[in-house]
Amino acid sequence: MLIITCPYCGPRPEIEFSHGGEAHIARPLNPAALNADQWTDFLYLRTNTKGVHAERWRHLHGCARFFNALRDTTTDKILTTYRTGAPRPDLEGLTP
Amino acid sequence: MQKFSGFELIRQGLMGQSGWKPQWRSPEPKASYDAVIIGGGGHGLGAAYYLASQHGLKNIAVLEKGWIGGGNTGRNTTIIRSNYLFNESAALYDHALKLWEGLSQALNYNVMFSQRGVMMVAHTVHDVQVFQRHVHANRANGVDNEWLTPEAAKAYCPPLNIERNLRFPVLGAALQRRGGTARHDAVAWGYARAADDLGVDILENCEVTAIRRNAQGAVEAVETTRGLIKTPKIGVSAAGHTSVVLGMAGVRAPLESFPLQALVSEPIKPIFPCVVMSNTIHAYMSQSDKGELVIGAGTDIYPSYTQRGGLQISQHTLEAICELFPQFRRMRMLRNWGGIVDVTPDRSPIIAKTPVPGLYVNCGWGTGGFKATPGAAHTLAWTIAKDEPHPINAPFTLERFRDGFLIDEAAAAAVAH
Amino acid sequence: MTGAFRTKTGGRIDRQKSVSFQFDGKTYQGYEGDTLASALLANGVHLMGRSFKYHRPRGVLSAGSEEPNALVTVRRDGRRVTPNLRATEVALYQGLEAHSQNRWPSLNFDVGAINSLMARFIPSGFYYKTFMWPRKAWDALYEPIIRQAAGLGDAPTEPDPDVYLNTYAHCEILVVGGGPAGLAAALSASQGEGRVILVEDGAELGGSLLIERDALIDGQPALDWLASARQQLAARPNVTILTRATAFAYNAHNMVCVTERLSDHRADAQPGEARERLWQIRAADVILAQGAVERPLVFPDNDRPGVLLAEAARTYLNRYGVTPGRRVVVATGHDSAYRVAIELQAAGVEIAALADLRPTPSGPWVERAQGLGIKVLKGTAITGTSGGRRVTGARLSPLIGMAQVGKPDWIACDAVLMSGGCTPSVHLWSQSRGKVKWDEALDAFLPSEAAERAICVGAGAGRFDLAEVLADGAQTGARLAGLKTPPAFHVEATPLAPRGVVGAVPHDRGPNALAFVDWQNDVTAKDLKLAVREGFQSIEHLKRYTTTGMATDQGKTSNLNALAIASDLLDRPIPAIGLTTFRMPFTPVTFGTLAGLARGDLFDPVRCTPMHGWAEAKGAVFEDVSLWKRARYFPQGGEDMHAAVARECLAVRSRAGIFDASTLGKIEIVGPDAAEFLNRFYINAWTKLGVGRCRYGVLLREDGFVMDDGVVGRLAADRFHLTTTTGGAARVLAMMEDYLQTEWPDLRVACTSTTEQWAVIAVQGPKARDIVSRLTSLDLSSERLPHMSLVEGEVAGAPARLFRVSFTGELGYEINVPSDRGLEVWEKVVAAGAEFGLTPYGTETMHVLRAEKGFIIVGQETDGTATPDDVGLGWAIGKAKPDFVGKRSLARPSMSDPDRKQLVGLLTERPETVLEEGAQIVASPGGTPPLALIGHVTSSYASATLGRSIALAMIQGGRARMGQKLYSPSPQGDIAVTVCAPVFYDPEGERVNG
Repeated sequence: MLIITCPYCGPRPEIEFSHGGEAHIARPLNPAALNADQWTDFLYLRTNTKGVHAERWRHLHGCARFFNALRDTTTDKILTTYRTGAPRPDLEGLTP
Repeated sequence: MQKFSGFELIRQGLMGQSGWKPQWRSPEPKASYDAVIIGGGGHGLGAAYYLASQHGLKNIAVLEKGWIGGGNTGRNTTIIRSNYLFNESAALYDHALKLWEGLSQALNYNVMFSQRGVMMVAHTVHDVQVFQRHVHANRANGVDNEWLTPEAAKAYCPPLNIERNLRFPVLGAALQRRGGTARHDAVAWGYARAADDLGVDILENCEVTAIRRNAQGAVEAVETTRGLIKTPKIGVSAAGHTSVVLGMAGVRAPLESFPLQALVSEPIKPIFPCVVMSNTIHAYMSQSDKGELVIGAGTDIYPSYTQRGGLQISQHTLEAICELFPQFRRMRMLRNWGGIVDVTPDRSPIIAKTPVPGLYVNCGWGTGGFKATPGAAHTLAWTIAKDEPHPINAPFTLERFRDGFLIDEAAAAAVAH
Repeated sequence: MTGAFRTKTGGRIDRQKSVSFQFDGKTYQGYEGDTLASALLANGVHLMGRSFKYHRPRGVLSAGSEEPNALVTVRRDGRRVTPNLRATEVALYQGLEAHSQNRWPSLNFDVGAINSLMARFIPSGFYYKTFMWPRKAWDALYEPIIRQAAGLGDAPTEPDPDVYLNTYAHCEILVVGGGPAGLAAALSASQGEGRVILVEDGAELGGSLLIERDALIDGQPALDWLASARQQLAARPNVTILTRATAFAYNAHNMVCVTERLSDHRADAQPGEARERLWQIRAADVILAQGAVERPLVFPDNDRPGVLLAEAARTYLNRYGVTPGRRVVVATGHDSAYRVAIELQAAGVEIAALADLRPTPSGPWVERAQGLGIKVLKGTAITGTSGGRRVTGARLSPLIGMAQVGKPDWIACDAVLMSGGCTPSVHLWSQSRGKVKWDEALDAFLPSEAAERAICVGAGAGRFDLAEVLADGAQTGARLAGLKTPPAFHVEATPLAPRGVVGAVPHDRGPNALAFVDWQNDVTAKDLKLAVREGFQSIEHLKRYTTTGMATDQGKTSNLNALAIASDLLDRPIPAIGLTTFRMPFTPVTFGTLAGLARGDLFDPVRCTPMHGWAEAKGAVFEDVSLWKRARYFPQGGEDMHAAVARECLAVRSRAGIFDASTLGKIEIVGPDAAEFLNRFYINAWTKLGVGRCRYGVLLREDGFVMDDGVVGRLAADRFHLTTTTGGAARVLAMMEDYLQTEWPDLRVACTSTTEQWAVIAVQGPKARDIVSRLTSLDLSSERLPHMSLVEGEVAGAPARLFRVSFTGELGYEINVPSDRGLEVWEKVVAAGAEFGLTPYGTETMHVLRAEKGFIIVGQETDGTATPDDVGLGWAIGKAKPDFVGKRSLARPSMSDPDRKQLVGLLTERPETVLEEGAQIVASPGGTPPLALIGHVTSSYASATLGRSIALAMIQGGRARMGQKLYSPSPQGDIAVTVCAPVFYDPEGERVNG
């Protein structure tokens, strides 16, 4: 079971959280303007990164807030967590 | 090929078992092949076998980054059934089931396909509705599946607890008698031996590091840890790593890779005659020929390539098993492990051409790939050989996600109201 | 007298407390402090089991968790039966009843042993090569035979009455292993401020110190030092000591899972007592002091009862006061066996010979043994044993060079002790994903690069000298605790050379000799040879083909020997062959321990409405809907469901019914942008919905398929009361939060789950207004409270939100009152309704009533592949809205395919025929599978109101098929049906206005 540091509450066990899929995929402001491929990309295509993955978590059984994490999917180590809306942090200087 | 038989075993026994030959060679990679399969699991080895045996391609290699059968082939709970809801799925899985029924003989390798029956237990009125829809659809599709009362379910599987006062009582069950289990390692080895005999090169410890494409965009070679290999056709059968391999050719697929755990108990004398699955409380179990209770757990909640999940997932599964079978509470877990499963948005696989000429893919099996092994391998081989899908895998395209023609087995079992 | 092989003194057993126990029905005596294995050995019983495949008679091999042979079933009573326990770990108690396994009819005479004679014909993997003809015989004949022969003990058949606990713990430093390294680590780590947890597998702390007779620590005998160390640790408030506790899993982010055995060792353990406790310990740092496991020697017939590991014999002697025999042959490749021989000789055991594989062993232990007159045979291999159910002699052959042997000598004996040296236990380290590196000097894999905050100390890190071990533990503990100077321990001990031997012992016994590598799974050196010959060269393939290392001991004694043999055969160094993955658990863990308290109603919490007890008292039959218990129908006077539902339906249509709708999900949407949020979220238009009015809302997933539905009522310009399906509440709220927090943070809206806050009492039927008006002064007239409206006020004395809504097609109200007032209001409504014939009804009746009206149930008519238009809800889409969740997906070509399945009604030709839900529909009768299926029945009932059956179905192009005759295939033949509109009753919808 992972330990995940909620940016609002601090480190908590994984069972308090729900996973929200890949981060930094904004819903298009005007979906009607998208062609079929673009809409399919938004709906279904994920990077499925083997390595450092930006993903959304929600502290469901805590503050209930969404936030983002950078996790290495080859080790499950979480490099950092950050608030929704913040840009993806640079990997430089991050150690798990 | 050195024929396997009881007679040969006795003959070899008298010679100290010293006359057996390697079941497959360990060749050096050639400079080029007519087709290359990436991924040495049951699906990939099977595709090579069918390419060689049914489509006349002999100059084929299977590239495996580790040891063959070491991925999900060797990590699953070996359940085989074909009682899927949608016509497309039923056709695909039943195609596989029919191949399973003759596989040991076709390969001259006992894969121990055991048609002991797969029973799906209903706990709610909603389950009953869903399973009965399956039974009706399967029957109309020519797939065996029958509805059992709780008493009939218990008669088929005596350890089942059908008391009405349980937290989740058994309201009935759908039984596919032709379903069952097989010996997973033997599937990889059997295909490997038969393919090797037809000239297929099985290259272990050969990891693909890049896919080269020509000026027209078509594939022309793979770079591997054992050197450059030219080929006009590549079949990708890399399960959890499919995204990574397709990415080398610039192809994106709607996949996410999740850890999936399974576990076995210590071996016990035969007690559990069939496969029992419960979707509502998330557990499934059978007993292996060796005597271990083989139990499948769910996926973890986050994508990962670690082949490892959290204990809470296995705990939840064992809670469910102990609830269904409280007599097994004193049994002990012997081994627990994880695989990486690639999951599509509609939980149905992709067996198809890709936008890159010469590149074909068989992926997205999620938690259910083992049962489809011969069918997936067979239709992938067809698709590679003819550059067009077999009618059975024609619906399982990449484009269905764009066009909205999903084959949504998971949603069809949706729990609501 | 507790056994002929018990020493006069010594050991940590309590000689004052004699204990009687049974093994296979025979009664023996032992002492408190014994294990089952030590007590049986004390009675001269070595034969404790039969092997898995060949059913060879087997004695105990070890004294610990690595035991492959001595597996027993312990039976307390009919409900407390545990198979496959290692006799070496079963604590003896008065009345213990143990049974041997995998033998028939008895342990002494086992018919299955015929397999042993067949061994040459059934090598590894034989089953892959045969049993294929005729095809059908596999299921009918071969597999049942194989299955019957396999397996170990019998599974329990009765539900286990015992209780299993679960706890979480946190500490700064977790020490796994209470031997010298772990003790030193804990002693030093606990001098710091941090919390220290020390986990020991055995019944008491000490590990190898418990059997140490030679060394002095700080000038004291090891046992005295141990006693004071234990005292010191026990006295420190920051130390938690767990004994009989096995760390079995090392999971991500430094979580170590431990199972603690609470009562199995006690004679007075009662059914229903707490039996084990699962500890999930999150540690900042983990010190692994797991020690090492002695390696057996791989030589022909090394599996006869009476052949055991040398250090195990030392354990039996020093810890339990038991000798393994009277006249013993010791075979070794390691110094430690000399120590064993010396100590056994001192206890009166004759050492017939000590055969050392090494040509020139030297050092203090060798000299001491020779000085004591022990016959040491250097450069000598053990190449066989004699005996049946007990070893009677050992075959010793001089080694010629490295691979050949000379003329053998037989030496009579009643026990053979063997030692190949020690294998560091890197199990948990590997589970943590720490890397290992092959150490040439030690012939061992040692921990190298860490993956977690873990560190190995002591024998587990390849340090075997006691002084080094203690220093290693102390320094590591001190470093992690931030101490400047670690405690130091002064050790006086005779040094042992650490290196032993690995792989097979050379012999001249021919190709059919059975030299076991994996005792339990009956894997021999020649099986490995065969596998290599057949091309299985990866260690994982060797393991899977031969099953070496896959038994219940997980290869603790066999893995390294198997690797070494493979390395020899392939002529590749051991690290090139690789080490198999160590998988959790370290030793098998009880299912119940992992399941914990989650059983019965605690398996999944049960949700009940405030009126649950009332319904129960009225004899309601309940159904499970997600976690909720819902009353399905209220049978009276022996009615079956059909009769009860018919009565309830007619009551609602003709008078009134009362229904508990409290399980519906409820969410309060509040904020200045609440209407805009709903506009974006639901398919409907909300801006113009007036205060006090309600609307039926439909929610899609972003892929355009129906996800949920419900009624949304507007309480104020900025406040909505919204309902969801019973099972969908959490999903809908999570999705709302997702969009609000991450896509539309600009919207000023808050969503709150109010499902548990409101009890919902539905009163439906022509008399509904008459009944409700008795309980409130609110104006219920259609002018003030028309269909699809709501009002806040008092009902039956409770603050209420009164909705005029209908899921039955009748005039109806849903009274929302605070949950704690629910039952009281319900009872008042029931009382007020008595004179109107108000009838309680359940979900089944609700389903029939709504189906008569063609109202869908999400999850029944829809299945995750239906669009709003498919189920006839296209009208609900707010056409003027530029966007809402799922809108873009509805524009995909497939969504307007004329062949999509659409909701229709079906009427059977014979009114009494009720279609099965889930039945399939075809266009033409007859035909053989696979049929061209065009749809399926989603809902089907006998309608008492209509006096006939009705069905809803999803049919391809259904709305264009009105009046068409279709067929539903069934085993009894095709059932003809006619397509109709999906509204069977009151198509004009007049009744809701009543």
